[in-house]
Amino acid sequence: MSATLTESPHRVLGQPIKRKEDPRFLTGQGRYLDDIKLPNMAYMAIVRSPYAHARIVSINKEPALAVPGVLAVITGEDLEKLGLAWMPTLNGDQQMVLAVGKVLFQYQEVAAVIATSREAAYDGAAAVEVEYDPLPVVVDPFKALEPDAPILREDRKEKTNHIWRWESGDKAATDKAFAEAEVVIKEKIRFPRVHPAPLEPCGCIADYNRTKNHLTLYVTSQAPHAYRTVLAMVAKLPEHQIRVISPDVGGGFGNKVPVYPGYVVAVVGSMLTGRPVKWVETRTENLASTHFARDYHMTVEIAATREGQVKALRVHTVADHGAFDAQAVPSKWPAGLFNICTGSYTFEAAHVVVDAVYTNKAPGGVAHRCSFRVTEASYLIERAMDILAQELKMDPAELRRKNLIPADKFPWKSPTGWVYDSGNYHHTLDYALNLIGYKELRKEQAEKRARGELMGIGISFFTEIVGAGPSKHFDILGIKMFDSAEIRVHPTGKAIVRLGTRHQGQGHETTYAQIVAEELGLSPDDVLVEEGDTDTAPYGLGTYASRSTPTSGAAAAMCARRIREKARKIAAHLLECGEHDLEWVDGRFQVKGAPHQSVTMQQIAFAAYTNPPPGLEPGLEATFYYDPPNLTFPYGCYIAVVDIDKGTGEVKVRRFLAVDDCGTIINPMIVQGQVHGGLTEGFAIAFMQDIVFDENGNNLVTNFTEYMLPTAVETPRWETAHTVTPSPHHPLGAKGVGESPNVGSPAAFVNAVVDALSHLGVRHIDMPITREKVWRILRNAGIDE
Amino acid sequence: MGHRIAVTINGQRYEAEVEPRLLLVHFIREVAGLTGTHIGCDTTSCGACTVILNGKPIKSCTMFAVQADGCEIRTVEGLAQNGELHPIQKAFWECHGLQCGYCTPGMLMAGVALLERNPNPTEEEVRRAISGNLCRCTGYQNIVKSILRAAEMMREGAGVASGSPVGSGSPAQ
Ligand code: FES
Ligand code: FES
Repeated sequence: MSATLTESPHRVLGQPIKRKEDPRFLTGQGRYLDDIKLPNMAYMAIVRSPYAHARIVSINKEPALAVPGVLAVITGEDLEKLGLAWMPTLNGDQQMVLAVGKVLFQYQEVAAVIATSREAAYDGAAAVEVEYDPLPVVVDPFKALEPDAPILREDRKEKTNHIWRWESGDKAATDKAFAEAEVVIKEKIRFPRVHPAPLEPCGCIADYNRTKNHLTLYVTSQAPHAYRTVLAMVAKLPEHQIRVISPDVGGGFGNKVPVYPGYVVAVVGSMLTGRPVKWVETRTENLASTHFARDYHMTVEIAATREGQVKALRVHTVADHGAFDAQAVPSKWPAGLFNICTGSYTFEAAHVVVDAVYTNKAPGGVAHRCSFRVTEASYLIERAMDILAQELKMDPAELRRKNLIPADKFPWKSPTGWVYDSGNYHHTLDYALNLIGYKELRKEQAEKRARGELMGIGISFFTEIVGAGPSKHFDILGIKMFDSAEIRVHPTGKAIVRLGTRHQGQGHETTYAQIVAEELGLSPDDVLVEEGDTDTAPYGLGTYASRSTPTSGAAAAMCARRIREKARKIAAHLLECGEHDLEWVDGRFQVKGAPHQSVTMQQIAFAAYTNPPPGLEPGLEATFYYDPPNLTFPYGCYIAVVDIDKGTGEVKVRRFLAVDDCGTIINPMIVQGQVHGGLTEGFAIAFMQDIVFDENGNNLVTNFTEYMLPTAVETPRWETAHTVTPSPHHPLGAKGVGESPNVGSPAAFVNAVVDALSHLGVRHIDMPITREKVWRILRNAGIDE
Repeated sequence: MGHRIAVTINGQRYEAEVEPRLLLVHFIREVAGLTGTHIGCDTTSCGACTVILNGKPIKSCTMFAVQADGCEIRTVEGLAQNGELHPIQKAFWECHGLQCGYCTPGMLMAGVALLERNPNPTEEEVRRAISGNLCRCTGYQNIVKSILRAAEMMREGAGVASGSPVGSGSPAQ
C-alpha cells in the first residue's frame, strides 16, 4: 500500500471543510440519550453505598415500594437468582452489578428503583433502607500489599489484594546496563487519579419487548457493537435480538467504553416491568462510580553515559485499580501499552514491571484520551529525561536531540518489542524549537533568573502508539480489534457510509465523508456517514484510543477502492474499452490518452443499476474489514513557557506550542480542534485535578466544584503546528491524533514548572501542581515574596 | 399540590400544572419538549442549561419552574429565524466552535446575551462572559473566536445577508 494520494484537483482530503454534523447541534436538534422519550417509559434511580467497605446486613425494599409511582426495587439478591449479580469485566475479572453480601467502594450500586417518573424513582431510592456493618478500609495501594492488609475480594480464590504482575523487556540486559552505567537517575512519579468527565453523563434506555424477546438499548456508548456482544453474553439474550443504538454522544474520552452496572440493571428493570426504562446518572454518580483514569505510582530509573547517551530504562509501577479489575484494555495487555515508555529515544534495554492492586475505590484506570496507558508512559519518560538533563547539567533539548531515534532508523524496534512505523524526530524538534524561539527564551530566562524572577521552559517529545490494532495482538474478550466500513452508492451517485466506530465529537460525519468523497470522486456533501446503530452498521470495536482514523478511516478508504474497482468495469463497458485502457484522473475514469472520453462516478453509479455490463452483478456496494498490519505512531514536540508569581505560587502558562506529526491530515480544522481540547485536558491534569479519598474511603471529589475543570478564563492560548510524516502502512498515511495532546502535554507543563524552580534544587513535583504546592516550595527555599 | 404556571419560550406560551420542585430545565426539556437545553451537572457549575430569561443568561437548572411563572425565555431553538441561522450559529460553524455539541446550546445563549449587551467585546470580555460555561472538548479557543466573529458579523449586518443555509458542508474560511 502506498501513502500517495489520488492526484486530482478534486481534492477534498486535507481541506478544512465545515462539519456536516454541526447544523443539528447548533439548532438544538442534536439527539442525545436523555432527549429520547419512549411511550410508557419508566425511570430508574440507583441506591449507592455510603461506605467504602462494609457488609450488607439487610435491605428493606418495603418503604420504597410504598412510594407512589414506584414499580419495582431490584437488589443484588434478586439479580443473583437470575444469575446476573456479577458481570465479566474487560480485563478478565468479574464485577458486581448490584452489591451482593458486601460493598467495596463508596457510591457502589446497591439497589435500583424503577418508577413511573424520575422524581418517584429518586424518592423511592431515598426510601430503601440498607443496614451496613462497616469493615476496615484500604485506600493506599501500597498498604493493600502489606501482609496484614484486609482482603477486599473475598470472592476470589487468591487471598491477596495483588491482582497481577506484568513484566516487559529484558531484565538481565537492563540490570547489566545499570551495573555498568556512568550515571543513574531515579525518581518516584505519580500520575494522579483523574476522570474523563464528559459533559454529558452516562445513561441508557433499555426497551425489552417480551413478545418478540427483543431488546433495544439506547446508550451513551463509544463502542455499540462491543456492548451488544457483552450483553448477549451477560444477559444470555440471542445477539440478533439485541439492537444497541448509541445516539449523539456528548463527549466520551474513554468514559463511555465500559458496560456499567446501571445498564445491566436497566435491562433487567425493563424485563421485569415490561416498560422501557431510562437511567441517566447524575454528575456525582459519573465522577464517583464510572471509570476514572490513571492512578499510577511509578518509579523510574535511567542508566546513561556522562555525555548523556541513554542506555537502559527501568520502571516499576504500582497501579491502583480500585475494587474490580475493570479497566478497558485489550485482552493480551494487562497494563495496556504502558511499555511504550522508552518513548522517542534509542534505549538499548528496558525492563518494565507493573503490579496491579485492589483498593476500596471505584474501578477503572484506562480512560481519558490515553490509548491504553500511553499517557502514563509518555509522562514518565518525558519527566525522567528532564531529570537526567538536570543531573547532567545539559540543556533538555540537547539531551533529547542526542537520544532521539534518527530518521534513517525507522522502522524502529523498541526494546520492549514495538515497531515504530515512521518518524522524522529531529526535524520536528528543530521545527518546534525554531517556531517558539527557544534560544531567545533561554536567554530571557537567564536574565530573569539573574533578577530573581521565575520563568521556565518545558519540552515534551512524545511518541504515541495508537490504532489498535493488528488482530494478532489486540482483542477484547476474544473479539479481534479490526474495524469496518460499508459503502452503498445509490443510483443517482450519492452514497451512504456506515462504520463500526462511534464518534463523540471527533467529526467523523465529515472526515469519513472526505475520505470516501476523495476516493470516489464525489462531493463530501453527497456522502452521508452513519454510525452507532448495530442493526445497520458493520461490526466494529468503536471509537477510543485514537483508533478511528487508523482503523475505520482506513476501512473507509479501502472500501471505496473496492467500489472503484467495480466502477472501473462499468466504466469500461460504458466507454467501450478495456479496463486497462482506463485511468482514474480528477475523480473520474478516462481513456488513457483521450481525456475527453471519460465517465464520472455519477454516470457509473446510474449504469450500475440501469445498465450493468453483461455478467456483472448489478449494484454498487462494498464492505471492508480492515485489520491494520501494525499500529501507528503519532508523535510530537510540545513546548510550554511559564512564569511563576513568587508571592502566590501561581503558575501562568505564557505560551504553549504543540507541533504534532499525525501523518496525513484529513481535515486540518478538525485536527486543530482535537489538539486544543486535549491540551486543555492536559492543562487541567497538570494543574488542578486529583480524585482523593479520606482514610475511610470517602471520595472527596464528587462534583464540578471539587473536580476542577478549567474555564475559558484560565485556559491558555494554544499555538499549533504540524510536520507530516505519513504512516507507511495506512492507506492514506494517517496516524490518528485525538489523544496526542493529552498524552504529550502534562510533561511539558510539569517540566516547565520544574525548570523555573530547578536552581532552587527542585527536581520533581507531582501533579497536580497547585498554587499551594509551589508556594510551599518557594517559602521552604527561603524565596522572598 | 400542583401549581399552574405559564411561561413564554421562544415566543410560544406554555401552560402547565407543575410540582413545586420541578426545575426550570426539566420544564423546558420535558414539558415544552425543547431538548436543546442540556444538563451536565448537579451543582450549577457547567452552564449546559443556560437560557436567556427576561433578557439575562441564567442557569435553568438552578431555578424552579414555578419561579419562572410569567417569564419570557429564549432557548437555542429560538435562535434561527425562518430557516436562517443566527450569526452566532454561523460563526460557531465557521470557526469550529463545537465538537460533541453538548455545551453548545448553553455557549450560544451565553454568547448571545453578551453580544446583546456588548456588541463589541474584547477577547477577555468574551472569556469572562462564558466562564460559567464548561466545555470538555474544544479548549474554548475556537468558541472565543466564534463569538468574536459573530460580533463582527452582527456589527456588519452581514450575518443576515450572506450566511450559508442550514445543511451545506461547504469549505470553511
Ligand atoms: S446543568 Fe450544569 S449548570 Fe445547569
Ligand atoms: S463541544 Fe463537547 S463539551 Fe463543548
